[in-house]
Amino acid sequence: MSSGHPGLTNTFLEKGSPFKWSDESLKEIEIIKSKYPTERIQSAVMPLLYLAQKQNDNWLSVECIDLISQTLNMPKIRVAEVASFYSMFNLKPVGKNLIQICRTSPCWLRGSNKITKTIRSETDCDINQTSDDGLFTVVEVECLGACSNGPMIQINDEFFEDLNQTNTKQIIDNIKNNKPNKVGSQIGRSSSENAK
Amino acid sequence: MNDENLITIKVNQKEVEVNKNLTVMQACEIAGEEIPRFCYHDKLSIAGNCRMCLVEVEKVPKLMSSCDMPLMEGMSIITNSEKVKSGRKGVMEFLLINHPLDCPICDQGGECDLQDQAMYYGFDKSRFSENKRAVENKNMGPLVNTIMTRCIHCTRCVRFASEVAGVPEIGMLGRGENAEITTYLEKSITSELSGNVIDLCPVGALTSKPYKFKARPWELKRTDSIDIFDGVGSNIRIDSRAEEILRITPRVNEDINEEWITDKVRFNYDAYYNQRIDKPYIKKGSKLLASNWDESLDILKNKLKKSSPFALVGPQTDLETGYAVSKFMSNFGSDRVEVRTDNQTILNNNPFSYIFNSSILNVEESDLIILIGVNPKIEAPIINYKILKSYNKGNDIYNIGDNINLNYPTNYLGKDINSLQDQKLIEKIKKSKYPIIIVGSAYSTHATPEDLKSLFVFSKNYNLITESKNNLNFLTPYASRVGQLLIGNTQSQEFEPMNFLESKFKDGSYDLLLSFNSEEISNPIFKDIFKVYFGHHGDLGAMSADLVLPTPLYTEKNSTFINTEGRPQEAFKCHNTIGQAKEEWTILKKLSELMDYRNDFNSFNDVRSGLLKDFKFNFEFNSIIDFNLVINFDDTIKFKSSTFNYPINNFYFSDVVSKNSKIMAKCVEENTNIKQEKVVNR
Amino acid sequence: MLNKEDKIFTNLHGFEDPFLKGALNRGVWSTTKEILKKEPNEIIELVKSSQLRGRGGAGFPTGLKWSFMPKDTGKQHYLVVNADESEPGTCKDREMIRNDPHMLIEGCLISSYAIQASKCYIYIRGEYFFEYQQLEKAIKEAYEKNLIGKNACGSSFDFDLYVHRGAGAYICGEETALLESLEGKKGQPRLKPPFPAGAGLYGMPTTINNVESIAVVPTILRKGPDWFKALGSENNTGTKVYCISGNVNNPCTIEEEMGIPLKELIEKYAGGVQGGWENLLAIIPGGSSTPLLPKNICETVKMNFDDLKANGSGLGTAGIIVVSKDFDVAEVIERFSHFYKHESCGQCTPCREGTGWMHRMMQKLIKGDISPEQLELLENVTKQIEGHTICAFGDAAAWPIQGLIKNFKTELLSRYKENR
Repeated sequence: MSSGHPGLTNTFLEKGSPFKWSDESLKEIEIIKSKYPTERIQSAVMPLLYLAQKQNDNWLSVECIDLISQTLNMPKIRVAEVASFYSMFNLKPVGKNLIQICRTSPCWLRGSNKITKTIRSETDCDINQTSDDGLFTVVEVECLGACSNGPMIQINDEFFEDLNQTNTKQIIDNIKNNKPNKVGSQIGRSSSENAK
Repeated sequence: MNDENLITIKVNQKEVEVNKNLTVMQACEIAGEEIPRFCYHDKLSIAGNCRMCLVEVEKVPKLMSSCDMPLMEGMSIITNSEKVKSGRKGVMEFLLINHPLDCPICDQGGECDLQDQAMYYGFDKSRFSENKRAVENKNMGPLVNTIMTRCIHCTRCVRFASEVAGVPEIGMLGRGENAEITTYLEKSITSELSGNVIDLCPVGALTSKPYKFKARPWELKRTDSIDIFDGVGSNIRIDSRAEEILRITPRVNEDINEEWITDKVRFNYDAYYNQRIDKPYIKKGSKLLASNWDESLDILKNKLKKSSPFALVGPQTDLETGYAVSKFMSNFGSDRVEVRTDNQTILNNNPFSYIFNSSILNVEESDLIILIGVNPKIEAPIINYKILKSYNKGNDIYNIGDNINLNYPTNYLGKDINSLQDQKLIEKIKKSKYPIIIVGSAYSTHATPEDLKSLFVFSKNYNLITESKNNLNFLTPYASRVGQLLIGNTQSQEFEPMNFLESKFKDGSYDLLLSFNSEEISNPIFKDIFKVYFGHHGDLGAMSADLVLPTPLYTEKNSTFINTEGRPQEAFKCHNTIGQAKEEWTILKKLSELMDYRNDFNSFNDVRSGLLKDFKFNFEFNSIIDFNLVINFDDTIKFKSSTFNYPINNFYFSDVVSKNSKIMAKCVEENTNIKQEKVVNR
Repeated sequence: MLNKEDKIFTNLHGFEDPFLKGALNRGVWSTTKEILKKEPNEIIELVKSSQLRGRGGAGFPTGLKWSFMPKDTGKQHYLVVNADESEPGTCKDREMIRNDPHMLIEGCLISSYAIQASKCYIYIRGEYFFEYQQLEKAIKEAYEKNLIGKNACGSSFDFDLYVHRGAGAYICGEETALLESLEGKKGQPRLKPPFPAGAGLYGMPTTINNVESIAVVPTILRKGPDWFKALGSENNTGTKVYCISGNVNNPCTIEEEMGIPLKELIEKYAGGVQGGWENLLAIIPGGSSTPLLPKNICETVKMNFDDLKANGSGLGTAGIIVVSKDFDVAEVIERFSHFYKHESCGQCTPCREGTGWMHRMMQKLIKGDISPEQLELLENVTKQIEGHTICAFGDAAAWPIQGLIKNFKTELLSRYKENR
């Protein structure tokens, strides 16, 4: 069990630094709230968790949860429940690049094990660990929904598909060298058409 | 029951007629079939998560959870088939695979739903050969002990916190097999009813911290009693072994407390054995020195012989004691006992002016509640729960007085009593089917008789009082108040009786004070008076007295209390008195003998039968007294006082017993560290 | 084989402009106003007669589902589109959303009109961030051109469309868990009844449909239900987008006729099984929850609801996972059981406790550490979960293991012997 997944460390919420909505976030909150009926504003909790996470180096501290509870007039424990239920809300700090390797059968059948091996050695991170320089956190995750493009990984918000050990190493190298990466298929597919 | 609501269904091929609005589980119970369950609780919303209550419904391929399944005409339910048995066995096995086998060291042992049902429905041996899950214990404060590995995720505690306690502070974090029940950041929940999660928890995950490892249920003697730490009269059960109370739990009374009690009565019992007055004391110089009964009664006799005494009756004094006091004091003249030590205003010959007239049960039926100078959250947490129920049905709660936090949002009308006549509110009252007003002692201790009369007139004008109902309620925070008033232990002065009493002491009408458990004895208005304290706890009251006489606590004698709605109830003796304490009536009997006064009481039964004989109204235990009185007022409304002074600052320290409880002290400490969350709107 | 002109998703692979200009070229939004002139009920009847069955897994007739919505309640109705595509082996909705979002948006408008829902939410899985951005951009275009919004397409129907992101929870693909999530709670399935058509989102009448079900609606209405019904066979009509993954030479997603033979699909579009057809061990035909099919059935089975059901499996989401003889099929299932343990919401007992137990036994099984008695126990545990849970997740977790044991029992038992 990947109990170390930063999104599913349920019980122990960690304290961070003081947290306040930025002006930009405050504007965003108004837009988010307008999507839902006024008396059902609790619906905005997931968008607000995303927003706080984005503003807080990709993780949610106790301070973030407290503030969301206040913004939405929602009990803190209910915000914490939501934050801890969904794997994409990180409840502890993560590296600058959160690498999520799909481990589920369709990707495994296409060699996700090898991708994991490459990533572990290239980032010098074991599964569920963050590299010493804070550049990478590596986790194995369940199906990310790009099965016809496996094996694949997600780095922060972006998918990298049709991986092999060579192109995976290249992706990691590019990050290390601060070079841009091509997102999506790494073998030139437009999406999931036949690669022939 | 309306006939059109009746439908015919079959349970195990037996036809039964049931109300169509019931669930399959309820129908099965009516048909006499027991359905096992863990998550279902009839006071909580339906969760359907334990899956223990699976039954078969003919023509439905899957087993259905019966707790949430609505009935349909002609439905045929089967609860005893192999399929059902196998399903239950399976669920039972799943519940047990990660449940520790620590029953021998579990406080729930012997009264555990899981243990009991495993016996009936489970396998006789484990087929699980993996490692069991271990879950870290959570801090939930000084009252609730947690052993979370035992948790079966039924979420009763989660639902209780939101729905009954009104504080959504317990939740299930995480998901799947790693889901864990906890409070936010492991604090105790900010509810006066929090201890009820212990009874609700069907396993040993949430148990009582003070009772931890104290006893096994089968070793305990059970005594039925009444909560005397507020005016509600919740029914309690006292569990004791030898001469020690080990635990207090609720008794079900659907008319009053349902199956809840406050944390105060559940947990302050350590104080029953702490700082007790164990023998008579006499003040010599500035010190109280130990004495004995002969010496102290001799002194008292001599004092009384040449004095004009007055008696105070305290907030937790039982009816029999009050009756014995009133009989004894009548030897010295009339109007010589006072229970309204907080200056509560009442109207003479009008019991409705101090009783919770609508009954506690009817609060939840109300569709509009107006609070005037009352903090039900700490003065009567059970009634606050009833108000919450009404709120949860979508009804409005209005508040006049301080803008206090009550676990539900109120429409705050400010501190002016005249806002009761706010046009918008009046419109609401007119539209409402069953509006009620609850006046607390924060107001009734400052209201003038004209104010009370105005409240009656207002209530009549707007149909809160009609021939069939009286929804103008006066809530007392004290267990003794209504009963003592009904037996006349009060002066005829309606307004500010204590000020009146002060003047009487000043002008020399009275020159000796007997206090039966009233801490008001330490009031400076009695400064240079000879004072006698009858009581059980050495606190300010006892310290200020010249003579201290030990009396038993309510658990050490039989007694009667009439609750705020006017319902007499019995509290039974659980064990013998501590030290040399004597029941009040025996002390007064002895004094009467010493002073050659007439004495009618040779036994407790004599006291009680005298009490019942002299009682002015029809008295029946456990039934609300029917006063059969009509009281008329002229129809002017003229409010004068808008002063509010709330009687209880600290729920956990509201009385002389609780002040001496170490557990209550821990609660106070815990609660000063927690700020309750702002009430969340619905 | 599907003719080119019968394809519904003409930009499935994103070779053309996914946005409004491209969409208009492809005929999206072409006669929307005309369609919206029909009575809502008429649209429901047309969809009913097309025999369109839901594409999210259960295959419930879409038109029939819509007809369950109450009429004239005066309440707010909702359409909620389930774009929480999370079933392992499935990646079809993703292509529709990122490459042709206007098809979905138009579908939302027309379907919402049919059930008289003036508001629609698309619940998209959180990991699909790029797809979410594509969708938001397309919705903005649609609002700007007044294709949706007040007086949508000049039809006098007011319609608002919002996107709500999930955040990593497979269970939110279960329709009532999705509603809970959308209401800002944990994604724990609700007890039924009440069903969403009676009390769904915010307690209001709600219909929940899969992306593909909604995206095909405009085309069905334009070309007519008879055209749709002519594709495939009775009760298994239309086209279907299949996702092929695992041990094939060219994994892909492809739109084909409903009921195309599985073998043809793999040989023709996915470049065949790695190592040749003879190297095939088993195929999971409809996403991770559907029981696997051994090679002999794969030879002939047709990819539709009824034929797969008759062969002991199901069409599910049509996520076809091919397993060759070079891989251990037990580990494929073991990984699925890990998936289900990881994704169980934890609400009800059999699933919360059972998924972990099953996975631990599966771990032993692949190592040959399970005796015949324990294998029986494992199968028994799957049976104790199946049908005893609040939602269908329990069944979904149990079936793959049941399928494995049913088809590979001898092989599984021989592992134990070899290991001893």
